[in-house]
Amino acid sequence: MSIIVDKNTKIIVQGLTGKTGTFHTEQALAYHGTQMVAGIHPKKGGTTWTAGEGAGPAAGRDLPIYATVAEAKAATGANASVVYVPPAGAAAAITEAIDADIPFITCITEGIPVNDMVAVKARLERSKSRLLGPNCPGIMTPDECKIGIMPGSIFKKGNVGIVSRSGTLTYEAVFQTTNEGLGQSTAVGIGGDPVKGTEFIDVLEMFLADDETTSIIMIGEIGGSAEEDAAQFLDDEKKKGRWKPTVGFIAGRTAPPGRTMGHAGAVISGGKGGAEDKMEAMEAVGIAVSPSPAQLGKTLVKLLKE
Amino acid sequence: MNIHEYQAKALLKSFGAPVAAGVPILKKEDAAAAADQLGGPLWVVKSQIHAGGRGKGKFKELGPEAKGGVRLAFSKDEVLAHVDEMLGNTLVTKQTGEAGKQVNRLYLEDGADIDRELYCSILVNRETGKVSFVASTEGGMDIEAVAEETPDKIHTIDVDIATGVDDATVARLNSAFELDGVAAEDGKTLFPILYKAFIEKDMSLLEINPLIVMKDGHLRVLDAKVSFDGNALFRHPDVMELRDMTEEDEKEIEASKHDLAYVALDGDIGCMVNGAGLAMATMDIIKLYGKEPANFLDVGGGATTEKVTAAFKIITADPNVKAILVNIFGGIMRCDVIAEGVVQAVKDVGLKVPLVVRLEGTKVEDGKAILNSSGLNVIAADDLDDAAQKIVKAVG
Repeated sequence: MSIIVDKNTKIIVQGLTGKTGTFHTEQALAYHGTQMVAGIHPKKGGTTWTAGEGAGPAAGRDLPIYATVAEAKAATGANASVVYVPPAGAAAAITEAIDADIPFITCITEGIPVNDMVAVKARLERSKSRLLGPNCPGIMTPDECKIGIMPGSIFKKGNVGIVSRSGTLTYEAVFQTTNEGLGQSTAVGIGGDPVKGTEFIDVLEMFLADDETTSIIMIGEIGGSAEEDAAQFLDDEKKKGRWKPTVGFIAGRTAPPGRTMGHAGAVISGGKGGAEDKMEAMEAVGIAVSPSPAQLGKTLVKLLKE
Repeated sequence: MNIHEYQAKALLKSFGAPVAAGVPILKKEDAAAAADQLGGPLWVVKSQIHAGGRGKGKFKELGPEAKGGVRLAFSKDEVLAHVDEMLGNTLVTKQTGEAGKQVNRLYLEDGADIDRELYCSILVNRETGKVSFVASTEGGMDIEAVAEETPDKIHTIDVDIATGVDDATVARLNSAFELDGVAAEDGKTLFPILYKAFIEKDMSLLEINPLIVMKDGHLRVLDAKVSFDGNALFRHPDVMELRDMTEEDEKEIEASKHDLAYVALDGDIGCMVNGAGLAMATMDIIKLYGKEPANFLDVGGGATTEKVTAAFKIITADPNVKAILVNIFGGIMRCDVIAEGVVQAVKDVGLKVPLVVRLEGTKVEDGKAILNSSGLNVIAADDLDDAAQKIVKAVG
């Protein structure tokens, strides 16, 4: 098992014909044959897209382009989509996928206006779809499925579930758990925007329910209270007898208040969202907080030996 | 992006919100005409800087006895005297830091007969993913202190984006502000107007502190702070024109031109990192080893040689920087591209301080080979911990 995606996940690409969409779709095809099944372009329906050298063994493969997500879903049986559409049109692309009842939508695009995401979120709540992102690196189940922009080479099949608000810190956690020989069940980047689809709690619930996941690394950052909420959730579940060894890290201990640190959501405002409070909340429920971003893997190994 | 109070009020007025008559003053010579235009008998002279706490702020150049950054005037002569003292001087408030900010613009406004001061803001509530009003009867003071001491006096009221500010929302707001009679009637028109302005102009914060109930019972926007969502500026060229570059850090302006996320800090270790989370974590680990970062800098996922060069120039332009740490975890970003960028940047701008480079991920061997054969005095680091120890040692 794994969570959300596996070798049976069939993915359509919204924004396939652009440079970013092409590059990452080739990478996905090259990664254990991730099932990329179609692309979307409102004006290029009926044409095909051909994978280049980046797709490795899959180079030269043609993917059909459809004008709409609904058509692509009907023709291919896709159960997931990934959005690489530029910021101005990204919210409309997500909404189209929701309207087509795509069960799992990942949006990689960074820089979507927050009010657009407020509208998407309202639409999402009345739908059957799950959204991951936006402004996230995507999701990967080692040796099975790669959606998004994470580097496949650092992954190793294993038992650590990784969930993170930050892209490159997801890579750190993956890399360090691979080096420690633990490997990953699934790695999920939930993204750095203030208004997003999937939250920590959603992913943690799935990791707790997944047999293959035996431990968890959770990486948060300053801003908001999602990490505190997640700690509370884990504590509530622990009282029901559900618990897996968990390592935590919070980026931004040194960030000054009132300044946005790269991610739109990473800001300490109104005295809320500071790193220390989040780390305390995590420690209070029994999460082993790594003092350093370089010690994620080692902290987990130590925890598992205890 | 932030704008000045007078710009925010003009914008809100264009949506129909009640604001006092006022005139911006950019030169001392304009003060007399502005005072005549408003006519008195009560004027308010307000410093226009992008920082709060102006009323209690002090001017660096004036003595501690001098009045603050927002002043009342009861005659035209008094207006002129205030303008003379304030314009061009440096205002220090609790939000500006010790350096303070030079006051290059003033706003002269009609005085108001205040009965009650309220706090009203609109922002995106990240916990619910909805646009929310924050309402309190405790206006005119530091709202963070109110939240700390009397949290029950702060009401958060979510707005359903499908319906907007409907009658039920207005009723909840009127109740939270304890408005009745004329003021409650004003609320019916004002709250939808504020929400409309927030949505249509893609604001990230609209803060009115205070919103006042005047002696005649009517509502008025007495102060206004507006920030816009940087991601939405592309569809608001009119808002872009309100940007005041003199309020921003020069290095940050330069960084934004190259699409680099940069925040100037007080330490002496310059950082260049890919990814916001890793950039913050890099600052944190420097601090963990007892030193301070000079900046936050995220080169992003699509850095080119030009971008890396620009980032290097910005970091080296900071006289406080005693060493530079490059920390790249190449996912999609290829380490060879970063290495070429670093080599090119050093050729262009020179390098007078120690440089520690940690590369990991895609094409890492190629990247290391480029640095090794470049002849540059680069201190290579194997992982994040190693990089942090080496950079801290380099600054001594």
